[in-house]
Amino acid sequence: MIEINHVNKWYGPAFQVLKDCTTSVAKGEVVVVCGPSGSGKSTLIKCVNALEPIQGGEIVLDGVKVNDPKTDLPKLRSRVGMVFQHFELFPHLRIIDNLRLAQEKVLGRKHDDATAKATKLLERVGLKDHARKYPAELSGGQQQRVAIARALAMDPIAMLFDEPTSALDPEMISEVLDVMVDLAREGMTMMVVTHEMGFANKVADRVIFMDRGEIVEDAKKADFFGTPRSDRAQKFLSKILQH
Amino acid sequence: MNYNWNWHIFLEPNPMGTGTYLDLLLSGLVVTVKVSVLAWIIALVSGSVIGVLRTLPSKTASWIGFCWVEFFRNMPLLVQLFLWFFVLPELLPRSAGLWLKQLPNAPFWTAAIGVGLFMSARVAVQLQAGITSLPRGQKQASTALGLTTVQTYRYVLLPMAFRIILPPLTSEFLNTIKNSAVAITIGLIELTGQARSMQEFSFQVFEAFTAATVLYLLLNFVVVTAMRFLERYVAIPGYITGK
Repeated sequence: MIEINHVNKWYGPAFQVLKDCTTSVAKGEVVVVCGPSGSGKSTLIKCVNALEPIQGGEIVLDGVKVNDPKTDLPKLRSRVGMVFQHFELFPHLRIIDNLRLAQEKVLGRKHDDATAKATKLLERVGLKDHARKYPAELSGGQQQRVAIARALAMDPIAMLFDEPTSALDPEMISEVLDVMVDLAREGMTMMVVTHEMGFANKVADRVIFMDRGEIVEDAKKADFFGTPRSDRAQKFLSKILQH
Repeated sequence: MNYNWNWHIFLEPNPMGTGTYLDLLLSGLVVTVKVSVLAWIIALVSGSVIGVLRTLPSKTASWIGFCWVEFFRNMPLLVQLFLWFFVLPELLPRSAGLWLKQLPNAPFWTAAIGVGLFMSARVAVQLQAGITSLPRGQKQASTALGLTTVQTYRYVLLPMAFRIILPPLTSEFLNTIKNSAVAITIGLIELTGQARSMQEFSFQVFEAFTAATVLYLLLNFVVVTAMRFLERYVAIPGYITGK
Protein backbone atom coordinates (compact mmCIF):
# COMPACT_ATOMS: atom_id res chain seq x y z
CA MET A 1 0.00 0.00 0.00
CA ILE A 2 2.75 2.46 1.00
CA GLU A 3 6.20 1.97 -0.52
CA ILE A 4 9.06 4.13 0.71
CA ASN A 5 12.22 3.55 -1.32
CA HIS A 6 15.59 5.12 -0.56
CA VAL A 7 14.07 8.42 0.48
CA ASN A 8 16.45 11.31 1.12
CA LYS A 9 15.44 14.71 2.33
CA TRP A 10 17.38 17.83 3.24
CA TYR A 11 16.40 21.02 5.02
CA GLY A 12 18.64 23.54 3.33
CA PRO A 13 21.92 22.47 1.78
CA ALA A 14 23.55 21.10 4.92
CA PHE A 15 21.01 19.36 7.13
CA GLN A 16 19.83 15.93 6.03
CA VAL A 17 16.64 14.94 7.87
CA LEU A 18 16.01 11.64 6.10
CA LYS A 19 18.84 9.34 5.08
CA ASP A 20 18.10 6.59 2.61
CA CYS A 21 14.87 5.49 4.31
CA THR A 22 13.30 2.35 2.91
CA THR A 23 10.25 0.58 4.25
CA SER A 24 6.73 -0.34 3.32
CA VAL A 25 3.28 -0.73 4.78
CA ALA A 26 1.11 -3.51 3.39
CA LYS A 27 -2.65 -3.32 3.08
CA GLY A 28 -4.26 -3.80 6.49
CA GLU A 29 -0.95 -3.53 8.27
CA VAL A 30 -0.37 -1.33 11.31
CA VAL A 31 3.14 0.09 11.50
CA VAL A 32 4.32 2.13 14.46
CA VAL A 33 7.19 4.55 13.93
CA CYS A 34 9.09 5.56 17.06
CA GLY A 35 12.36 7.18 17.96
CA PRO A 36 13.78 10.15 19.86
CA SER A 37 12.68 13.67 18.94
CA GLY A 38 14.45 15.04 15.92
CA SER A 39 14.89 11.59 14.46
CA GLY A 40 12.79 12.42 11.39
CA LYS A 41 9.78 10.24 12.11
CA SER A 42 7.21 13.03 11.72
CA THR A 43 8.98 14.24 8.61
CA LEU A 44 8.89 10.75 7.12
CA ILE A 45 5.16 10.39 7.66
CA LYS A 46 4.52 13.84 6.17
CA CYS A 47 6.43 12.82 3.06
CA VAL A 48 3.98 9.98 2.47
CA ASN A 49 1.19 12.38 1.43
CA ALA A 50 3.67 14.96 0.12
CA LEU A 51 3.06 17.55 2.80
CA GLU A 52 6.85 17.64 2.77
CA PRO A 53 8.75 17.27 -0.53
CA ILE A 54 11.59 14.77 -0.84
CA GLN A 55 14.81 15.28 -2.75
CA GLY A 56 15.77 11.70 -3.44
CA GLY A 57 14.20 8.28 -3.77
CA GLU A 58 10.51 7.60 -4.31
CA ILE A 59 7.30 7.07 -2.41
CA VAL A 60 4.51 5.04 -3.99
CA LEU A 61 1.03 5.10 -2.56
CA ASP A 62 -1.43 2.49 -3.81
CA GLY A 63 0.47 2.30 -7.11
CA VAL A 64 0.72 6.09 -7.56
CA LYS A 65 4.13 7.74 -7.33
CA VAL A 66 3.81 10.58 -4.82
CA ASN A 67 6.89 12.53 -5.88
CA ASP A 68 5.96 12.65 -9.54
CA PRO A 69 5.20 16.19 -10.77
CA LYS A 70 2.36 14.76 -12.86
CA THR A 71 0.56 13.26 -9.87
CA ASP A 72 -2.70 14.95 -8.92
CA LEU A 73 -1.67 15.56 -5.31
CA PRO A 74 -4.98 16.90 -3.92
CA LYS A 75 -6.73 13.81 -5.26
CA LEU A 76 -4.09 11.50 -3.86
CA ARG A 77 -4.13 13.23 -0.47
CA SER A 78 -7.89 13.00 -0.25
CA ARG A 79 -7.50 9.21 -0.26
CA VAL A 80 -5.17 9.17 2.74
CA GLY A 81 -6.34 10.28 6.15
CA MET A 82 -4.01 12.24 8.37
CA VAL A 83 -4.24 13.03 12.08
CA PHE A 84 -1.98 15.69 13.60
CA GLN A 85 -0.42 16.21 16.98
CA HIS A 86 -2.34 19.43 17.57
CA PHE A 87 -5.64 18.18 16.05
CA GLU A 88 -5.84 21.08 13.58
CA LEU A 89 -9.60 21.24 13.50
CA PHE A 90 -10.82 24.35 11.72
CA PRO A 91 -11.80 26.62 14.63
CA HIS A 92 -14.39 28.72 12.78
CA LEU A 93 -16.43 25.70 11.68
CA ARG A 94 -18.82 23.66 13.79
CA ILE A 95 -17.78 20.04 14.38
CA ILE A 96 -20.24 18.81 11.77
CA ASP A 97 -18.89 21.32 9.23
CA ASN A 98 -15.32 20.26 9.97
CA LEU A 99 -16.41 16.79 8.85
CA ARG A 100 -18.41 18.02 5.88
CA LEU A 101 -16.03 20.55 4.33
CA ALA A 102 -13.69 18.24 2.43
CA GLN A 103 -16.41 15.71 1.66
CA GLU A 104 -18.30 18.40 -0.21
CA LYS A 105 -15.46 20.48 -1.64
CA VAL A 106 -13.06 17.68 -2.54
CA LEU A 107 -15.19 14.58 -3.10
CA GLY A 108 -18.19 16.55 -4.35
CA ARG A 109 -20.60 14.72 -2.07
CA LYS A 110 -24.09 16.11 -1.67
CA HIS A 111 -24.76 18.04 1.52
CA ASP A 112 -27.17 15.44 2.87
CA ASP A 113 -24.84 12.55 2.12
CA ALA A 114 -21.95 14.37 3.76
CA THR A 115 -24.12 15.09 6.79
CA ALA A 116 -25.18 11.46 7.09
CA LYS A 117 -21.60 10.27 6.81
CA ALA A 118 -20.40 12.84 9.34
CA THR A 119 -23.14 11.99 11.82
CA LYS A 120 -22.37 8.29 11.55
CA LEU A 121 -18.69 8.86 12.23
CA LEU A 122 -19.34 11.23 15.13
CA GLU A 123 -21.53 8.54 16.64
CA ARG A 124 -18.73 6.07 16.17
CA VAL A 125 -16.22 8.22 18.09
CA GLY A 126 -18.87 8.95 20.72
CA LEU A 127 -19.39 12.63 19.94
CA LYS A 128 -22.70 12.77 18.18
CA ASP A 129 -24.13 15.21 20.72
CA HIS A 130 -21.33 17.67 20.03
CA ALA A 131 -22.00 18.07 16.30
CA ARG A 132 -23.22 21.66 16.59
CA LYS A 133 -20.39 22.83 18.83
CA TYR A 134 -17.19 24.58 17.84
CA PRO A 135 -13.78 22.92 18.31
CA ALA A 136 -12.74 25.30 21.11
CA GLU A 137 -15.71 24.06 23.15
CA LEU A 138 -14.34 20.50 23.22
CA SER A 139 -11.57 18.92 25.27
CA GLY A 140 -8.31 17.90 23.62
CA GLY A 141 -9.26 14.23 23.57
CA GLN A 142 -12.62 15.04 22.04
CA GLN A 143 -11.00 17.28 19.43
CA GLN A 144 -8.60 14.54 18.43
CA ARG A 145 -11.46 12.05 18.07
CA VAL A 146 -13.21 14.58 15.84
CA ALA A 147 -9.99 14.89 13.82
CA ILE A 148 -9.94 11.12 13.35
CA ALA A 149 -13.58 11.16 12.31
CA ARG A 150 -12.85 14.00 9.87
CA ALA A 151 -10.13 11.93 8.23
CA LEU A 152 -12.35 8.83 8.12
CA ALA A 153 -15.14 10.79 6.45
CA MET A 154 -13.07 10.76 3.27
CA ASP A 155 -13.15 6.92 3.20
CA PRO A 156 -9.36 6.75 3.22
CA ILE A 157 -7.41 3.72 1.98
CA ALA A 158 -4.83 4.36 4.73
CA MET A 159 -4.45 6.52 7.81
CA LEU A 160 -1.38 8.44 8.92
CA PHE A 161 -1.07 9.48 12.56
CA ASP A 162 1.55 12.04 13.56
CA GLU A 163 1.97 11.78 17.34
CA PRO A 164 -1.80 11.82 17.90
CA THR A 165 -1.61 11.69 21.69
CA SER A 166 1.49 13.79 22.41
CA ALA A 167 -0.47 16.98 23.08
CA LEU A 168 -3.04 15.32 25.32
CA ASP A 169 -3.45 15.09 29.08
CA PRO A 170 -2.84 11.54 30.33
CA GLU A 171 -6.49 10.84 31.04
CA MET A 172 -7.48 11.76 27.48
CA ILE A 173 -4.89 9.61 25.80
CA SER A 174 -6.81 6.39 26.27
CA GLU A 175 -10.04 7.69 24.70
CA VAL A 176 -8.07 8.50 21.54
CA LEU A 177 -6.10 5.25 21.60
CA ASP A 178 -9.33 3.29 21.99
CA VAL A 179 -10.59 4.72 18.72
CA MET A 180 -7.29 3.90 17.03
CA VAL A 181 -7.25 0.35 18.38
CA ASP A 182 -10.76 -0.23 17.01
CA LEU A 183 -9.66 1.13 13.69
CA ALA A 184 -6.61 -1.14 13.60
CA ARG A 185 -8.71 -4.18 14.46
CA GLU A 186 -11.09 -3.39 11.61
CA GLY A 187 -8.18 -3.79 9.23
CA MET A 188 -7.36 -0.15 8.45
CA THR A 189 -3.88 0.35 7.00
CA MET A 190 -2.13 2.58 9.49
CA MET A 191 1.21 4.29 9.89
CA VAL A 192 1.48 5.73 13.38
CA VAL A 193 4.20 7.94 14.78
CA THR A 194 3.89 7.57 18.54
CA HIS A 195 5.66 6.98 21.82
CA GLU A 196 2.75 4.90 23.11
CA MET A 197 4.47 1.55 23.34
CA GLY A 198 1.38 0.05 24.91
CA PHE A 199 -0.50 0.84 21.72
CA ALA A 200 2.32 -0.59 19.63
CA ASN A 201 2.33 -3.73 21.71
CA LYS A 202 -1.41 -4.12 21.38
CA VAL A 203 -2.08 -3.61 17.68
CA ALA A 204 1.09 -2.99 15.71
CA ASP A 205 2.26 -5.55 13.18
CA ARG A 206 5.65 -3.93 12.79
CA VAL A 207 7.67 -1.32 14.62
CA ILE A 208 10.11 1.03 12.92
CA PHE A 209 12.75 2.71 15.04
CA MET A 210 14.34 5.87 13.66
CA ASP A 211 17.35 7.81 14.83
CA ARG A 212 19.01 10.84 13.21
CA GLY A 213 17.10 10.45 9.98
CA GLU A 214 17.81 6.77 9.53
CA ILE A 215 15.61 3.73 9.89
CA VAL A 216 17.68 1.86 12.44
CA GLU A 217 15.30 -0.97 13.05
CA ASP A 218 12.31 -2.29 11.10
CA ALA A 219 11.02 -5.43 12.73
CA LYS A 220 7.97 -7.49 13.56
CA LYS A 221 6.47 -6.36 16.84
CA ALA A 222 7.52 -9.46 18.77
CA ASP A 223 11.08 -9.18 17.54
CA PHE A 224 11.26 -5.49 18.31
CA PHE A 225 10.08 -5.77 21.88
CA GLY A 226 11.82 -9.10 22.41
CA THR A 227 15.25 -8.66 20.96
CA PRO A 228 15.90 -5.31 19.32
CA ARG A 229 19.10 -5.63 17.40
CA SER A 230 20.53 -2.14 17.62
CA ASP A 231 22.01 -0.69 20.78
CA ARG A 232 20.26 2.57 20.07
CA ALA A 233 16.82 0.94 19.99
CA GLN A 234 17.58 -1.04 23.11
CA LYS A 235 18.56 2.12 24.98
CA PHE A 236 15.47 3.95 23.72
CA LEU A 237 13.19 1.11 24.78
CA SER A 238 14.75 0.75 28.20
CA LYS A 239 14.29 4.47 28.78
CA ILE A 240 10.67 4.74 27.78
CA LEU A 241 9.62 1.43 29.33
CA GLN A 242 11.40 2.22 32.58
CA HIS A 243 8.40 3.70 34.36
CA MET B 1 -8.85 87.81 19.89
CA ASN B 2 -11.34 89.80 17.95
CA TYR B 3 -13.72 87.16 16.60
CA ASN B 4 -17.46 87.27 16.16
CA TRP B 5 -18.86 83.88 17.06
CA ASN B 6 -21.96 83.08 15.07
CA TRP B 7 -23.34 79.58 15.52
CA HIS B 8 -26.46 80.51 13.55
CA ILE B 9 -24.34 80.66 10.44
CA PHE B 10 -25.20 77.04 9.68
CA LEU B 11 -28.81 77.92 9.10
CA GLU B 12 -28.07 80.85 6.84
CA PRO B 13 -28.24 80.33 3.07
CA ASN B 14 -24.94 79.64 1.35
CA PRO B 15 -23.90 81.75 -1.63
CA MET B 16 -23.98 78.76 -3.99
CA GLY B 17 -27.75 78.73 -3.70
CA THR B 18 -27.78 75.10 -2.60
CA GLY B 19 -29.50 75.67 0.75
CA THR B 20 -27.88 76.53 4.04
CA TYR B 21 -24.24 76.33 5.08
CA LEU B 22 -25.13 73.12 6.92
CA ASP B 23 -26.34 71.69 3.62
CA LEU B 24 -23.00 72.68 2.15
CA LEU B 25 -21.10 70.75 4.81
CA LEU B 26 -23.44 67.77 4.57
CA SER B 27 -22.93 67.59 0.81
CA GLY B 28 -19.20 67.48 1.58
CA LEU B 29 -19.81 64.71 4.08
CA VAL B 30 -21.62 62.71 1.40
CA VAL B 31 -18.62 63.05 -0.91
CA THR B 32 -16.29 62.00 1.93
CA VAL B 33 -18.42 58.93 2.61
CA LYS B 34 -18.59 58.00 -1.06
CA VAL B 35 -14.90 58.41 -1.74
CA SER B 36 -13.92 56.62 1.51
CA VAL B 37 -16.20 53.65 0.95
CA LEU B 38 -15.00 53.22 -2.61
CA ALA B 39 -11.36 53.59 -1.52
CA TRP B 40 -11.92 51.07 1.26
CA ILE B 41 -13.42 48.53 -1.13
CA ILE B 42 -10.42 48.97 -3.44
CA ALA B 43 -8.03 48.67 -0.48
CA LEU B 44 -9.74 45.60 0.88
CA VAL B 45 -9.97 43.73 -2.42
CA SER B 46 -6.51 44.50 -3.79
CA GLY B 47 -4.92 44.39 -0.34
CA SER B 48 -6.36 40.93 0.24
CA VAL B 49 -5.04 39.61 -3.05
CA ILE B 50 -1.58 41.06 -2.38
CA GLY B 51 -1.62 39.85 1.22
CA VAL B 52 -2.34 36.32 0.05
CA LEU B 53 0.38 36.53 -2.63
CA ARG B 54 2.90 37.44 0.07
CA THR B 55 2.16 34.20 1.94
CA LEU B 56 2.43 31.82 -1.04
CA PRO B 57 5.54 29.67 -1.42
CA SER B 58 5.99 30.90 -5.01
CA LYS B 59 8.92 33.33 -5.36
CA THR B 60 7.19 35.26 -8.15
CA ALA B 61 4.06 35.73 -6.08
CA SER B 62 5.86 37.06 -3.04
CA TRP B 63 8.02 39.28 -5.25
CA ILE B 64 4.91 40.86 -6.79
CA GLY B 65 3.49 41.32 -3.30
CA PHE B 66 6.74 42.85 -2.07
CA CYS B 67 6.93 45.36 -4.94
CA TRP B 68 3.28 46.38 -4.56
CA VAL B 69 3.53 46.97 -0.83
CA GLU B 70 6.83 48.82 -0.94
CA PHE B 71 5.68 51.01 -3.83
CA PHE B 72 2.47 52.14 -2.17
CA ARG B 73 3.61 52.45 1.41
CA ASN B 74 6.91 54.23 0.91
CA MET B 75 5.57 57.38 -0.74
CA PRO B 76 3.52 60.06 0.97
CA LEU B 77 -0.15 59.84 0.08
CA LEU B 78 -0.04 63.44 -1.13
CA VAL B 79 2.71 62.63 -3.61
CA GLN B 80 0.81 59.58 -4.82
CA LEU B 81 -2.34 61.58 -5.50
CA PHE B 82 -0.27 64.18 -7.40
CA LEU B 83 1.31 61.37 -9.39
CA TRP B 84 -2.01 59.88 -10.44
CA PHE B 85 -3.68 63.24 -11.03
CA PHE B 86 -1.02 65.45 -12.58
CA VAL B 87 1.83 63.23 -13.75
CA LEU B 88 0.13 60.08 -15.08
CA PRO B 89 -1.88 61.88 -17.82
CA GLU B 90 1.36 63.47 -19.10
CA LEU B 91 3.17 60.13 -19.25
CA LEU B 92 0.43 58.42 -21.23
CA PRO B 93 0.09 58.80 -25.01
CA ARG B 94 -1.45 62.19 -25.80
CA SER B 95 -4.97 60.99 -26.57
CA ALA B 96 -5.18 58.75 -23.52
CA GLY B 97 -3.85 61.53 -21.31
CA LEU B 98 -6.40 63.95 -22.71
CA TRP B 99 -9.20 61.48 -22.17
CA LEU B 100 -8.08 61.03 -18.58
CA LYS B 101 -7.94 64.77 -17.92
CA GLN B 102 -11.40 65.30 -19.33
CA LEU B 103 -13.06 62.54 -17.37
CA PRO B 104 -16.04 63.89 -15.48
CA ASN B 105 -15.43 63.75 -11.74
CA ALA B 106 -11.73 63.05 -12.27
CA PRO B 107 -10.74 64.21 -8.75
CA PHE B 108 -13.27 61.84 -7.21
CA TRP B 109 -12.10 58.74 -9.08
CA THR B 110 -8.44 59.64 -8.67
CA ALA B 111 -8.91 60.13 -4.94
CA ALA B 112 -10.82 56.86 -4.50
CA ILE B 113 -8.27 54.85 -6.45
CA GLY B 114 -5.25 56.71 -5.06
CA VAL B 115 -6.30 56.45 -1.42
CA GLY B 116 -7.49 52.86 -2.05
CA LEU B 117 -4.14 51.73 -3.44
CA PHE B 118 -2.26 53.55 -0.68
CA MET B 119 -4.35 51.76 1.94
CA SER B 120 -4.14 48.43 0.10
CA ALA B 121 -0.47 48.12 1.07
CA ARG B 122 -1.44 48.37 4.73
CA VAL B 123 -4.30 45.87 4.38
CA ALA B 124 -1.93 43.48 2.59
CA VAL B 125 0.66 43.58 5.37
CA GLN B 126 -1.97 43.01 8.03
CA LEU B 127 -3.60 40.14 6.20
CA GLN B 128 -0.17 38.59 5.72
CA ALA B 129 0.43 38.89 9.45
CA GLY B 130 -2.99 37.35 10.13
CA ILE B 131 -2.34 34.38 7.86
CA THR B 132 1.15 33.72 9.19
CA SER B 133 -0.13 33.92 12.76
CA LEU B 134 -2.25 30.81 12.16
CA PRO B 135 -0.67 27.50 13.22
CA ARG B 136 1.23 25.92 10.32
CA GLY B 137 -0.78 22.76 10.89
CA GLN B 138 -3.97 24.45 9.68
CA LYS B 139 -2.67 24.64 6.13
CA GLN B 140 -1.24 21.13 6.41
CA ALA B 141 -4.50 19.69 7.71
CA SER B 142 -6.45 21.32 4.93
CA THR B 143 -3.95 20.21 2.31
CA ALA B 144 -3.94 16.68 3.72
CA LEU B 145 -7.72 16.52 3.27
CA GLY B 146 -7.20 17.13 -0.43
CA LEU B 147 -8.26 20.76 -0.60
CA THR B 148 -6.42 22.77 -3.24
CA THR B 149 -4.45 25.88 -2.34
CA VAL B 150 -7.32 28.13 -3.42
CA GLN B 151 -9.81 26.11 -1.36
CA THR B 152 -7.44 26.10 1.62
CA TYR B 153 -7.32 29.89 1.58
CA ARG B 154 -11.01 30.32 0.86
CA TYR B 155 -12.41 27.91 3.46
CA VAL B 156 -9.71 27.55 6.12
CA LEU B 157 -7.05 30.26 6.28
CA LEU B 158 -8.83 33.47 5.27
CA PRO B 159 -11.92 33.08 7.50
CA MET B 160 -9.63 32.84 10.53
CA ALA B 161 -7.07 35.41 9.36
CA PHE B 162 -9.75 38.05 8.75
CA ARG B 163 -11.29 37.43 12.16
CA ILE B 164 -7.90 37.92 13.79
CA ILE B 165 -7.14 41.17 11.98
CA LEU B 166 -10.61 42.67 12.33
CA PRO B 167 -9.61 45.16 15.10
CA PRO B 168 -6.62 46.60 13.18
CA LEU B 169 -8.72 46.61 10.00
CA THR B 170 -11.16 48.89 11.80
CA SER B 171 -8.29 51.34 12.34
CA GLU B 172 -7.41 51.12 8.67
CA PHE B 173 -10.99 51.90 7.66
CA LEU B 174 -10.85 54.98 9.91
CA ASN B 175 -7.52 55.94 8.38
CA THR B 176 -9.08 55.66 4.93
CA ILE B 177 -11.78 58.13 5.91
CA LYS B 178 -9.27 60.55 7.38
CA ASN B 179 -6.88 60.19 4.46
CA SER B 180 -9.66 61.07 2.02
CA ALA B 181 -9.22 64.68 3.22
CA VAL B 182 -5.93 64.80 1.29
CA ALA B 183 -8.03 64.72 -1.88
CA ILE B 184 -8.74 68.42 -1.34
CA THR B 185 -5.32 69.01 -2.92
CA ILE B 186 -6.49 67.62 -6.26
CA GLY B 187 -9.68 69.62 -6.15
CA LEU B 188 -12.15 67.21 -4.59
CA ILE B 189 -14.63 69.22 -2.55
CA GLU B 190 -15.34 66.77 0.24
CA LEU B 191 -16.01 67.57 3.89
CA THR B 192 -12.74 69.40 4.54
CA GLY B 193 -13.10 71.17 1.19
CA GLN B 194 -16.62 72.36 2.01
CA ALA B 195 -15.49 73.52 5.44
CA ARG B 196 -12.86 75.62 3.72
CA SER B 197 -15.28 77.10 1.24
CA MET B 198 -17.66 77.89 4.10
CA GLN B 199 -14.80 79.68 5.83
CA GLU B 200 -14.01 81.65 2.71
CA PHE B 201 -17.61 82.71 2.09
CA SER B 202 -18.65 83.40 5.69
CA PHE B 203 -15.35 84.10 7.50
CA GLN B 204 -16.63 81.87 10.33
CA VAL B 205 -13.53 79.68 10.33
CA PHE B 206 -13.94 78.21 13.80
CA GLU B 207 -17.59 77.26 13.33
CA ALA B 208 -16.85 75.71 9.96
CA PHE B 209 -14.05 73.51 11.19
CA THR B 210 -15.74 72.69 14.49
CA ALA B 211 -18.66 71.35 12.48
CA ALA B 212 -16.34 69.43 10.16
CA THR B 213 -14.57 67.93 13.18
CA VAL B 214 -17.86 66.84 14.72
CA LEU B 215 -19.00 65.32 11.43
CA TYR B 216 -15.74 63.36 11.08
CA LEU B 217 -16.08 62.17 14.67
CA LEU B 218 -19.67 61.07 14.08
CA LEU B 219 -18.77 59.27 10.88
CA ASN B 220 -15.90 57.42 12.53
CA PHE B 221 -18.07 56.59 15.52
CA VAL B 222 -20.57 54.96 13.17
CA VAL B 223 -17.77 52.91 11.60
CA VAL B 224 -16.34 51.86 14.97
CA THR B 225 -19.76 50.81 16.22
CA ALA B 226 -20.53 48.87 13.05
CA MET B 227 -17.19 47.07 13.23
CA ARG B 228 -17.82 46.19 16.90
CA PHE B 229 -21.07 44.56 15.85
CA LEU B 230 -19.30 42.73 13.05
CA GLU B 231 -16.63 41.49 15.48
CA ARG B 232 -19.27 40.19 17.82
CA TYR B 233 -21.22 38.63 14.96
CA VAL B 234 -18.28 36.61 13.64
CA ALA B 235 -16.84 35.72 17.06
CA ILE B 236 -16.33 31.98 17.54
CA PRO B 237 -17.81 30.44 20.70
CA GLY B 238 -15.09 29.27 23.09
CA TYR B 239 -12.30 30.64 20.91
CA ILE B 240 -10.06 33.25 22.46
CA THR B 241 -8.53 35.40 19.77
CA GLY B 242 -4.80 35.75 20.03
CA LYS B 243 -4.46 32.12 21.09
